[in-house]
Amino acid sequence: MKAAGSMRSKLGLGLVLTAVAGAAHALAEPWQLNMTPGVTQISRDVYDIHMLGLWVCVGIGVVVFGAMIVAMFKFRKSKGAVPATWSHNTVAETIWTIIPILLLVAMAWPATKVMIKMAYTEKSDMTVKITGYQWKWGYDYINVGAKPYHVRFISRLDTRSDRTRELKSGLDPWAVKDKDGAGVERNTYLLDVDHPLVLPTDTKIRFVVTGDDVIHAWWVPQLGWKQDAIPGIINDQWTEIHEPGIYRGQCAELCGQDHAFMPIVVKVVAKADFTKWLDEQEATAVKANAPTATPVASAN
Amino acid sequence: MTTHAATHHDDHHDDKPHGFVHRWVFSTNHKDIGTLYLLFSFIMVCVGAAFSGVIRTELMKPGLQFVQPYFFNEMTTLHGLVMIFGAIMPGFVGLANWMIPLQIGAPDMALPRMNNWSFWILPFAFLLLLSTLFMPGGGPAGGWTMYPPLSIQGGDSVAFMVFAIHLMGISSIMGAINIIATILNMRAPGMDLLKMPLFTWAWLITAFLLIAVMPVLAGAVTMLLTDRYFGTSFFNAAGGGDPVMYQHIFWFFGHPEVYIMILPAFGIVSEIIPSFSGKPLFGYDAMVYATASIAFLSFIVWGHHMFTVGMPLGGELYFMFATMLIAIPTGVKVFNWVSTMWGGSLTFEAPMLWAISFVVLFTIGGFSGVMLALVPADFQYQDTYFVVAHFHYVLVTGALFSIIAAIYYWWPKWTGRMYNETWAKIHFWWSAVFINVLFFPQHFLGLAGMPRRIPDYNVAFADWNFVSTIGAYGMYLTPFMMFFILWHSKKHGAPAAARAWEGARGLEWTVPSPAPFHTFATPPVIRNEDLAHGDVSH
Amino acid sequence: MSPQAQGAYYVPHGTHWPILGSFGLIFTVGGAGMWMNEFEPGKYVMVLGIACLLSMMFGWFRTVIGESLGGMYTKQVDTSFRMGMMWFIFSEVMFFAAFFGALFYVRNLSIPWYGGVGDGSLTNFFLWKDFVPAWPTNGPDQVGGVFQTMPAWGVPLLNTLILLSSGVTITIAHHALRAGNRKHLLIWLGATVVLGALFLNFQAHEYIEAYTKLNLTLDTGIYGSTFFMLTGFHGLHVTLGTIMLTVIWFRCLKGHFTKDHHFAFEAVAWYWHFVDVVWLGLFIFVYVL
Ligand code: HEA
Ligand code: HEA
Ligand code: CUA
Ligand SMILES: [Cu+2]
Repeated sequence: MKAAGSMRSKLGLGLVLTAVAGAAHALAEPWQLNMTPGVTQISRDVYDIHMLGLWVCVGIGVVVFGAMIVAMFKFRKSKGAVPATWSHNTVAETIWTIIPILLLVAMAWPATKVMIKMAYTEKSDMTVKITGYQWKWGYDYINVGAKPYHVRFISRLDTRSDRTRELKSGLDPWAVKDKDGAGVERNTYLLDVDHPLVLPTDTKIRFVVTGDDVIHAWWVPQLGWKQDAIPGIINDQWTEIHEPGIYRGQCAELCGQDHAFMPIVVKVVAKADFTKWLDEQEATAVKANAPTATPVASAN
Repeated sequence: MTTHAATHHDDHHDDKPHGFVHRWVFSTNHKDIGTLYLLFSFIMVCVGAAFSGVIRTELMKPGLQFVQPYFFNEMTTLHGLVMIFGAIMPGFVGLANWMIPLQIGAPDMALPRMNNWSFWILPFAFLLLLSTLFMPGGGPAGGWTMYPPLSIQGGDSVAFMVFAIHLMGISSIMGAINIIATILNMRAPGMDLLKMPLFTWAWLITAFLLIAVMPVLAGAVTMLLTDRYFGTSFFNAAGGGDPVMYQHIFWFFGHPEVYIMILPAFGIVSEIIPSFSGKPLFGYDAMVYATASIAFLSFIVWGHHMFTVGMPLGGELYFMFATMLIAIPTGVKVFNWVSTMWGGSLTFEAPMLWAISFVVLFTIGGFSGVMLALVPADFQYQDTYFVVAHFHYVLVTGALFSIIAAIYYWWPKWTGRMYNETWAKIHFWWSAVFINVLFFPQHFLGLAGMPRRIPDYNVAFADWNFVSTIGAYGMYLTPFMMFFILWHSKKHGAPAAARAWEGARGLEWTVPSPAPFHTFATPPVIRNEDLAHGDVSH
Repeated sequence: MSPQAQGAYYVPHGTHWPILGSFGLIFTVGGAGMWMNEFEPGKYVMVLGIACLLSMMFGWFRTVIGESLGGMYTKQVDTSFRMGMMWFIFSEVMFFAAFFGALFYVRNLSIPWYGGVGDGSLTNFFLWKDFVPAWPTNGPDQVGGVFQTMPAWGVPLLNTLILLSSGVTITIAHHALRAGNRKHLLIWLGATVVLGALFLNFQAHEYIEAYTKLNLTLDTGIYGSTFFMLTGFHGLHVTLGTIMLTVIWFRCLKGHFTKDHHFAFEAVAWYWHFVDVVWLGLFIFVYVL
């Protein structure tokens, strides 16, 4: 446990390191080195676990590799070193069995706590159903509070990226730009869609994730997790975002030729604006009496 | 020493069969079959590297410049399959064939005819697998893990991929049976189990893993086959099956498989480090027990490849704890290697350099492994280049480097010739630099959010991908270097003594170099001072 | 773990059987693959492959038998063969384990989850609303349509008794061999062959009934899949075992085996017992439960 303490103190250092890497943005940065701390409590917890693991390993690495380097310089034959004859040392062997165990416990304990938190999807304020298709995402707004909704739409790669990504298109990936949440011009090549998933701030949102044809995985690094979208099975996850903004991710399970081309864009807006937007959508949806049926996993 | 072995080359045995076909195709000689395995492995490494060349070249810049996404996926899939089943496993089996009989004082493998068959199935298996590239619908493109439903969407290739894997399985199982029978039944009198060299020990345990899990893989792909062609519903939820079930069966094979690819490496390094430290291996017994416990643990941790499929919380916790445990026995090994060097009198010939780099770089791969085992963090890492970086550190700088180390270590024994030490060192330093340029940045890419198995990416990932590709191009020179160094040695190398390395111990160094076509036709008299662990007290 | 006995271990000088076997394998699976992909001529390639394989086995075993009778095999060679056979059977066990594992997984986890038990509540609510977990089942979509299952207490029970008694007969035969009583050896070994054939015959009828009367086929969802894959692969092994027994019977007739030197006989016996045990597992988990 003492070991754990010292490792935690190193976390500060870790944060500095990422600040340098500028990972706090909603998009990856050129030359980025580290994981994003993300924009939710969970994502920050996940980030801390990652840094804890990283620093434990760095610590052990320093000791082990340090010892090797010393040995390599101190015990060279060319320097006339004479070999010792011992080949056992019970004390040492016990120490290097015990200490790693303690370090592992020090990592497993906080990890377990975060896992329990992440698994708790109950008591959510709204539910969104996510369906992976080859190669696009389908979003159904199931309910907000007690009120059921029938809003459903498909989210595809935006046309600019789509044209640019054609083999030998001659178009320049660097030219695909868009304003991000903060209104800054950023490159969104392969990270932009026609209809983003709109979500409210300060709301516990439950996602129910499935696949329609093959396995996909819904991943927005800023939210701190990914969840496989498996045909015939529903997985659930949850998030609660406090900062409005645009958060981008990608499909994270090989799903065929266009696996690289089914990005995810989440647009987080203030609660009030969200309800307004959703009710408009609902109105049109009901008018067009869009099918409310949820797609059933097809046989392969 | 030499005289001692020379006394038993027996009459008609020593002359090799004449004619190419008789010598190589009909061979029942463990040395020739070992050579065949190693040549095959070398060719497959080059094929796999060529595929990775397509991958890295396409990934050098954002945008698709060279290949269609589907072909890219074929390359990724075949790169994985070829490197694992074609390069690493046959490489280790080749070394086992050459060295185990020499290390335990046996005249040959226990079942020499079967030994021939386990090799001669392989070229056919890979012919079948690679031929799929030219079939309607192209080759397999669902990743080496072949997850359904995607993997059975493939065209005609599915059947041939499955059958190719069946053949590889048959080959591995027969090879493993042969190795176990050899080690348990063919040891010279006085070669107690706890006097065996660690390479032999590692292989005994590895062979057991192979027999236990290859049939399970065969079962898994057979179910893919029937789902694709005969209307079964194993992995189809609508019919009551379950796509996730495939992943459980596959990884029940898959995780032990990755240890199949590292335990022999542990054995090799445990032979080389003492030889060049002038000091017996630290904690021989501990090494044996650690290997055994790693093997045992490998059967109960497969779920760590499936943290994002939505297992119940209890399952995720169990697999996290079990997986982390493996760090303990593996740590024991690492610490023992370091302690072997500590207080020794080290020399740094090529095999030692490769062995030391193995310890450092494998450990780095192990570290990322432990990070991957932390479930919450794995929710971010899974299916990103962080994973790709992890397994290349353990597979390339782990398994592959150990094979190269072994080749440089035993080459004088095989050919009776030394190689040019300087060139070998250049080969080493070149590889050591470029392999890290190639794979270290992939950690950053993964953490920054780049998924694996994609042919194109956002410009934010451009820089590190470019660096990685440069590293790859550097590495592609190394097979040529190695080929040239060894070819030159074979032609012009200085003759090697029976004990090619001053500090080397073990029966293999008591026979002349090159080792006669038949060795130990009658069992040698074991003298403890010949063995690396003969004098260790238990 | 006997260390190498004094005296030379027999190492054959080259063999051309394995390479023939490799061609056999590639033709067999290559042909099968073509056939499966609707390229008819594939089946001829497959037949050619099987022919190669058979001639390989024939030749390979003839050579080995010759060497064995030629007294070239020491005790130690015999031990190698025994180890080889034991580990081969172990690998077979693991192969069946994969399919039993699949059966257990769907029965105890997947199906209940689809039915909304425990962690499956959401899956059931959003995808399989009115699916009631039960076994046997062909899944929420009733893949393959309505079907009946094979009653355990009819033919399957009979087959169980047949296999069990065949286990007894072969043991009696083995004792007869050890006692050097050739007459009994041949009778009881012959009985074992007959029982094996009988089992296969009933199994065949069972399959025909399943397909024609019960609408129980490979396509009958997960139940049909597990049922036919498990019983099918077992049936395949019984077929192999019966062929091996027949070969051994003729070798006994020729008097190839002595009281204390008859590895081939024991190998086949072990294999037969293994097939026997697998069947018990099948009877319990596929038919009864
Ligand atoms: C040779 C092959 C090999 C080896 C040896 C390992 C070793 C380990 N691997 Fe790795 N792994 C792979 C090959 C290998 N792996 C492959 C191919 C994949 C990807 C498959 C795919 O999806 O395509 C993979 C994927 C993979 C995953 C899944 C990632 C994902 O897809 O989300 C995980 C997760 O837990 C993991 C964990 C580990 C761990 C904990 C070890 C441990 O055994 C490591 C133990 C070693 C050390 C820890 C270092 C030395 C120890 C010390 C110095 C002691 C002190 C250390 C501590 C206390 C931390 N591996
Ligand atoms: C041991 C196995 C092994 C080896 C050696 C390699 C070697 C390399 N790998 Fe690969 N790789 C895998 C196993 C391996 N890989 C696996 C399992 C996957 C996952 C596939 C999937 O996702 O389905 C993968 C995936 C993978 C990816 C991700 C693809 C994707 O996600 O789309 C990339 C990308 O850069 C990559 C690159 C490389 C490169 C550049 C090399 C370079 O080739 C390294 C340079 C090495 C050499 C050039 C060889 C040197 C050898 C010698 C000098 C001779 C040795 C002598 C003998 C063996 C006798 N590999
Ligand atoms: Cu969808 Cu990858
Ligand atoms: Cu693993």
